[in-house]
Amino acid sequence: MSFVQELDYGTPKSKAAKSVTLTIDGKQVAVPEGTSIMRAAMDAGTEIPKLCATDMLEAFGSCRLCLVEIEGRGGTPASCTTPVADGMVVRTRSERLDRIRKGVMELYASDHAVTSLDRNAGENKYVALLAMADAVGLDDVRYGFDGQRHPNAGIDDSNPYFVFDPAKCIVCSRCVRACEEVQGTFALTISGRGFESIVSAGMNESFLESECVSCGACVQACPTGSLIEKSVLAAQAVDKPADHSVVTTCAYCGVGCSFKAELHGEEVVRMLPYKDGKANHGHSCVKGRFAWGYANHRDRILKPMMRDKTTDPWREVSWQEAIARVGAEFKRLQDTYGKGSIGGITSSRCTDEETFLVQKLVRGGFGNNNVDTCARVCHSPTGYGLSNTFGTSAGTQDFDSVEHADVVVLIGANPTDAHPVFASRMKKRLRQGAKLIVIDPRAIDLVRTPHVAAAYHLPLLPGTNVAMLTALAHVIVTEALVNEAFVRERCEIDAFEDWKAFVSEPKNSPEAVAKTTGVPAELIRKAARLYATGGNGAIYYGLGVSEHSQGSTAVMCIANLAMATGNIGRPGVGVNPLRGQNNVQGSCDMGSFPHELSGYRHVATDAVRESFEKDWGVRLDKEPGLRIPNMLDAAVDGTFKGIYIQGEDILQSDPDTKHVSAGLAAMECVVVQDLFLNETARYAHVFLPGSTFLEKDGTFINAERRIQLVRKVMEPKNGYQDWQITCMIAEAMGYPMRYDHPSEIMDEIARLTPTFSGVSFKLLEEVGSVQWPCNEKAPLGTPVMHIGSFVRGKGRFLITEYVATDEKVGPRFPLLLTTGRILSQYNVGAQTRRTDNVVWHAEDRLEIHPHDAEVRGVKDGDWVKLASRAGETTLRALITERVAPGVVYTTFHHPDTQANVVTTDFSDWATNCPEYKVTAVQISPSNGPTSWQETYEEFSRESRRIASVVAAE
Amino acid sequence: MSSHSSNDKLIYMANQIGTFFKAQDTATAPEKIAEHIKKFWDPRMRQAIIAYIDAGGGAGLDPAARQAVETLRPR
Ligand code: SF4
Ligand code: SF4
Ligand code: FES
Repeated sequence: MSFVQELDYGTPKSKAAKSVTLTIDGKQVAVPEGTSIMRAAMDAGTEIPKLCATDMLEAFGSCRLCLVEIEGRGGTPASCTTPVADGMVVRTRSERLDRIRKGVMELYASDHAVTSLDRNAGENKYVALLAMADAVGLDDVRYGFDGQRHPNAGIDDSNPYFVFDPAKCIVCSRCVRACEEVQGTFALTISGRGFESIVSAGMNESFLESECVSCGACVQACPTGSLIEKSVLAAQAVDKPADHSVVTTCAYCGVGCSFKAELHGEEVVRMLPYKDGKANHGHSCVKGRFAWGYANHRDRILKPMMRDKTTDPWREVSWQEAIARVGAEFKRLQDTYGKGSIGGITSSRCTDEETFLVQKLVRGGFGNNNVDTCARVCHSPTGYGLSNTFGTSAGTQDFDSVEHADVVVLIGANPTDAHPVFASRMKKRLRQGAKLIVIDPRAIDLVRTPHVAAAYHLPLLPGTNVAMLTALAHVIVTEALVNEAFVRERCEIDAFEDWKAFVSEPKNSPEAVAKTTGVPAELIRKAARLYATGGNGAIYYGLGVSEHSQGSTAVMCIANLAMATGNIGRPGVGVNPLRGQNNVQGSCDMGSFPHELSGYRHVATDAVRESFEKDWGVRLDKEPGLRIPNMLDAAVDGTFKGIYIQGEDILQSDPDTKHVSAGLAAMECVVVQDLFLNETARYAHVFLPGSTFLEKDGTFINAERRIQLVRKVMEPKNGYQDWQITCMIAEAMGYPMRYDHPSEIMDEIARLTPTFSGVSFKLLEEVGSVQWPCNEKAPLGTPVMHIGSFVRGKGRFLITEYVATDEKVGPRFPLLLTTGRILSQYNVGAQTRRTDNVVWHAEDRLEIHPHDAEVRGVKDGDWVKLASRAGETTLRALITERVAPGVVYTTFHHPDTQANVVTTDFSDWATNCPEYKVTAVQISPSNGPTSWQETYEEFSRESRRIASVVAAE
Repeated sequence: MSSHSSNDKLIYMANQIGTFFKAQDTATAPEKIAEHIKKFWDPRMRQAIIAYIDAGGGAGLDPAARQAVETLRPR
């Protein structure tokens, strides 16, 4: 057991191509131009003492600890701020340098609240300052440890996860710079000067009250332990400090941050973002870094449970009994109602290996193709739209690509909340001068945030994406902004000409769609011109694009725009879906959809199906199976009777809650495998406790197609990793699937999937991560796709006729509801609601424009009834101009709100992805929860009862 | 899939698919619609919509979508 070591090079890596050679302490070293002397020395194996420098931040040059001598130059320049030059001769040690450093260090040590220089005493372990004191040879502090200090406003422990103790602060400003440069929030400032200076959050507020988003970058940057994780102090207090660390991947969102989990035995002490992580480069958000406490939450279920009727209380049983019941029931259902009467749902939260096994169980063990995944409800249109235009079902770039973008177009995505770490990267690029166009009904944070302002915000009405995007194309075509050379070389010309004629029609002009979209024509024209002519144009989009009746069409619009302007096939451009859950990409790649096997190959393709049949030793059905909404319809109709749901909560996450409940209630055997008794489990007959990402080995695939290892750091508290549970069910169904380790499952995936043929755990151990396709042609993966030619050969333009959704406003339902998510909560909130993250989001609120609120007599904070054609719920109003008049907005993180009670079952024409983003609603004042919410609450309590067991032993 | 509401849903879905392919090219629409349905609909959904046409002539179904469904009959 040991710690994963990471070197701090002191200053960021230079990206210059030119190399410079210099001599440091007699040693020759060649480094890229623009490198600091400090970093060059590190390359040469010499660590120059430093305090204010760290390689996550630009050099600042304030502490004067890193001084060096340079031949031919006078004085002692700071090595962190001095760039290398050809032929330079540098000395890092001399009697003079030692003396100055010691003096500087002595002052810092007396300023800090430490009472000894012993690096290993208690909390001193976390004080990097003391390591430096040691490095400069300081063994005593002449002024004593209670010298003059910076003013001390007292400890700030308002943040649930970290404390700020000003007594330990030496005002090196690393935290302030981390908040600006790494996170881009600008929540911290240094006020006062000299010895009077102090670090403060916001306008002298507490951390919790300030703009701080609790990303933890400042905590990580702090070299003195002044900012420190509460979990570290708690572990220290019981004398259980971390004794080793393991690198793993965050299980929250599609960014896929890489972390070092620091543990004491099997207990997590803290999570530290890993600098070598290629998705996050050492940064993270509040969820990944801090919200891991759910793994030990008292609500977590650790024993299998069963019941005959869903009105009965749960009964704890042995694994053997539970699995036998699942096998027997599923077999009985198939005998009675036919092969197609059961199915399964894979999870975007589980690993690739686990997802692959669930679809294998369904196809091989159940003998049908009734397998689907919750990606259905978010990004299935991305797959359909992009594969029909470009030829692959995934984003075209890596995250690093944003560093080369000149114009960023953000459509229906709110990255500062949903993809925070990527948002920080994007903000950094925007601060450097890239332009931003936001197309979103709501003024998301990025429209105006410190040091970033969108060039254009197009606040379109929900449901009008296709009209808007086609109008942008109209401008590009009719104003002759098309990149003709690109189109002629790379795309199908006939299809392009058809498309050109179509978008040029007057009905698609900005003037014609201004009324439909609610956006002035001139604004649409300006945005189109900027995207087409502003240099590298990169489109990033989210669920606001896919979750519509025309979701697939909107994705095609985006692909058309990128092709027409030649913004595809190099860094800085492209079409980038921002995926919701951590492994949405992976679950799609693994063949979770009813019509396709892993790698997006249709089940009806004989050669593909046969390769699986041969490997699995079983005949496979060549007809597509049921998708989730179809399964529920079939259940209501009486032909679908049993389901195995791994790690998803379809009752809370799928639209039209009443229809979902009716479908589940009509089934005879619902098996739910999850960490908690989720909402879906109220209709379950068997509950199988799942394991967390800390308890399993496997891989996740993030939004940039990056495959990364998840490593087990503790034994599963429930007894088994999720893939093992699926194997047990397979065994009980008479279709044994045996593996000793998930790496063997990945080997099978690689064997059967051409885009994964080069992937193995061994490769991932060696290189950290790869982006698929990873095969003979690209042994180390593919960061940017469609270079030179499209995967399908020539790019294909498709006609994107706007069709208004049938979910229309009218006198009874005059407002449009759209939904979204916020930073501190994750999806349906099952994990985050069980952590201290609730301090930032205790309930879902309904955002409403002051005008709409006033005419309805609604005041901020009032309870309002939100009614649609599908149902009604209540929640509290939040009056804001972020939403336009006529539009209301809410999140769906809390089950009591049941926002999906009001969403309808309209869905995308191609994929049945539900239309979450548009529901016609009415708002009225209310004095509390609706009767549905109350009954639901009651039912909730009833259905969660677990019979108290009389201990048999 | 026998209930009234399920049929309504299938018709709605078929028409939605029809709208997209008719916009591409009216001539090829029926063929493309059929291809899409074959690729993504489970057999029992296909049978249900055929049965619906057989039972009452297919009211509510867009002509192109209807033509497409006709070609899905098992031969
Ligand atoms: S936690 Fe993040 S947002 Fe908050 S002050 Fe620190 S760096 Fe800034
Ligand atoms: S939730 Fe997303 S952004 Fe936050 S740490 Fe995890 S992967 Fe990174
Ligand atoms: S490390 Fe160079 S001045 Fe602080």
